Amino acid sequence: MANNVKPKSFQEWCEVNIWALILATGIVVSIGGIVEIVPLFTIKDTMEHNAAPEILWQREEGESLQDWKAGDGIRPYTALELAGRKVYLREGCYLCHSQMIRPFRDEKDRYGHYSLASESMYDHPFQWGSKRTGPDLARVGGKYSDDWQRKHLRAPRTLVPESVMPNYPWLQHEMLDGETVQAHMSGMQTVGVPYTDADIAEGAAVVEGKTSEDALVAFLQVLGTMAKLDENKAYRE
Amino acid sequence: MDATAEQKYNLGVVRWFAVMSIVYLVVGASVGVYIASELAWPVLNFDTSYITFGRLRPLHTNAVIFAFGGCTLMATAFYSVQRTCGVRLWSDKLAWFTFWGWNLIIVSAVITLPLGLTQGKEYAELEWPIDIAIAIVWVSYTFNFVMTIATRKSSHIYVSNWFFLSMMIMITYLHVVNSLAIPVGMFSSYSIFSGVQDAMIQWWWGHNAVGFYLTAGFLGIMYYFVPKQANRPVFSYRLSVVHFWALSFGYVWLGAHHLQYTALPDWTGSLGAAISLAMIIPSWGGAINGMMTLSGAWDKLRTDYVLRFLIMSLAFYAMSTFEGPVMSIKTVNALSHYTDWTVGHVHSGALGWVAMVGCGALYHLITKCFHTEMYSTRLINIHFWCFTIGTVVYIVAMWVSGIMQGLMWRAYDEYGTLVYTFAESVEAMHPYYAMRAIGGAIFLTGAAIMLFNVLMTVRKATSEGSVQQAQAAAAGA
Repeated sequence: MANNVKPKSFQEWCEVNIWALILATGIVVSIGGIVEIVPLFTIKDTMEHNAAPEILWQREEGESLQDWKAGDGIRPYTALELAGRKVYLREGCYLCHSQMIRPFRDEKDRYGHYSLASESMYDHPFQWGSKRTGPDLARVGGKYSDDWQRKHLRAPRTLVPESVMPNYPWLQHEMLDGETVQAHMSGMQTVGVPYTDADIAEGAAVVEGKTSEDALVAFLQVLGTMAKLDENKAYRE
Repeated sequence: MDATAEQKYNLGVVRWFAVMSIVYLVVGASVGVYIASELAWPVLNFDTSYITFGRLRPLHTNAVIFAFGGCTLMATAFYSVQRTCGVRLWSDKLAWFTFWGWNLIIVSAVITLPLGLTQGKEYAELEWPIDIAIAIVWVSYTFNFVMTIATRKSSHIYVSNWFFLSMMIMITYLHVVNSLAIPVGMFSSYSIFSGVQDAMIQWWWGHNAVGFYLTAGFLGIMYYFVPKQANRPVFSYRLSVVHFWALSFGYVWLGAHHLQYTALPDWTGSLGAAISLAMIIPSWGGAINGMMTLSGAWDKLRTDYVLRFLIMSLAFYAMSTFEGPVMSIKTVNALSHYTDWTVGHVHSGALGWVAMVGCGALYHLITKCFHTEMYSTRLINIHFWCFTIGTVVYIVAMWVSGIMQGLMWRAYDEYGTLVYTFAESVEAMHPYYAMRAIGGAIFLTGAAIMLFNVLMTVRKATSEGSVQQAQAAAAGA
């Protein structure tokens, strides 16, 4: 048995004692994650709004999410947009579309201003993606009309013949459920998104009579339009 | 000998895991070929929500990683830990719990993912009730493995077990942290992390699912099965010690290289890239240690087809662990990120390394556990060539399409405007997407041949009664 061996080195100690091996391995595999992840929660520079608070929506007491205008600043998604985001996740859009513009000339010309960390601060989970089988969507909001988006979702190749995107004809027939949307807003509130109780209360009315397609279009149309970014300002080093 | 092994060890649960892992390889690769075809010919989505690319892609990744990879890791770890420790599994009941639990999780993934029930995190799509089940079953697997080592007869813990153990610890840790979420009903939840922090945690998980699940675990397989099949000791003990600690320490840092030039702070991405470069050394240390185990016995490759799988897998391993660090260099990453090159890189690792070494080990293990020879050696050879050719066709297609995409997206004309629209880059991908689907189909053919060969071997073992004889002899002894 293991106990009969007198270990001559640390390595041998790990090789004859399973608990020592577990402990040593556990410590060794923990270091990298701790060094890379913990500071992201503590270093203030990580989130641009700490230095540039104007990119967040400065919400007045008693204002509704519906009072927000494009460019007013980053805010939590409305009930309809949140329902649309859920459709975006459900259909796996993130597997082919990124939402993260890198600070390169061609990406600026193609998609717009590079993405900021603060712009996805209410995204649980994040939707930066890892692959562009289709184009980046971080600033797709307002690029096309609602009508274009609907047609494109139902049959992409009627508008973009080269596209390989699936058709999503079923979205227009799916009615949203107010109570479900409210439950989702409460869930988001629990994980720290600043929804007021009034936001959640009016959530059901906001999605009343709307379809999944309406919601997804609302979500796509708000992407990248929340904060008005200054071309001449360096938000990040 | 067979009777002794049958009496001493729990081979039943190993047999079941081994056969199921090959079934899942065929399933996972079939879904892969189908979704690859959808990208080449989008009409294959058939306007049916359950089979669209976005819903089947998570099914493909979960099937190959967690169903095939998981069952292979469980079969091989449960087999080799018994052999190297000279004792039976600590608990037979717990081992069967792991088997049924893991397979139920796979079934629930097959049902929920096409329904669109997802957390929306890449490689961690399964919803919270399934995540909890994964944690429980995974811990049962780990606990049984650890307790088997704790009750061993041998004095030292063999190197393959270090790697298996490191993988089990890290996966527990990653899975629990990355899946922390607040449930909203039975089939929905919100991650407690958001934005940039969530991105880092997700890729800490994502890259270590590769680094530990598909690398450390499969290196555990390599360290047991390569010396066994070659009938030679591991090339260098010292190299395996250095390799083990460097790999366990280093891999954890690499996730950040998936997020270079994004809104993740520059220091994190650069740190990830720097350590990624350094990882060439331990990775190649492992590849060399495996290959050199054959030194002086290279002629065995001429006759031993199973050994061919193992050695070819190490060649692919060396290649993709060189390619990975190159892709993490910032200037290369600026081009390769978001393109098919990444997909090609993953598959040179997944098809070339993981599936090759896994199948080689499974062939070895099946003959040992069913106490008979494989039904057809010729079919093993055909399988080998299907895997090799299919993988090469796949990764070449993705290299060309990935680099072409990257170059088209950044091309400017003399007036300073972008040369290509995005749609033009999509159109240019068509031939390569078709070629990828063909490469995948060749690979799938190999997997299907293996399944046939294994099922025929099981049938042969049943008609010969080799398992029953061994069991009867064991009971009589």
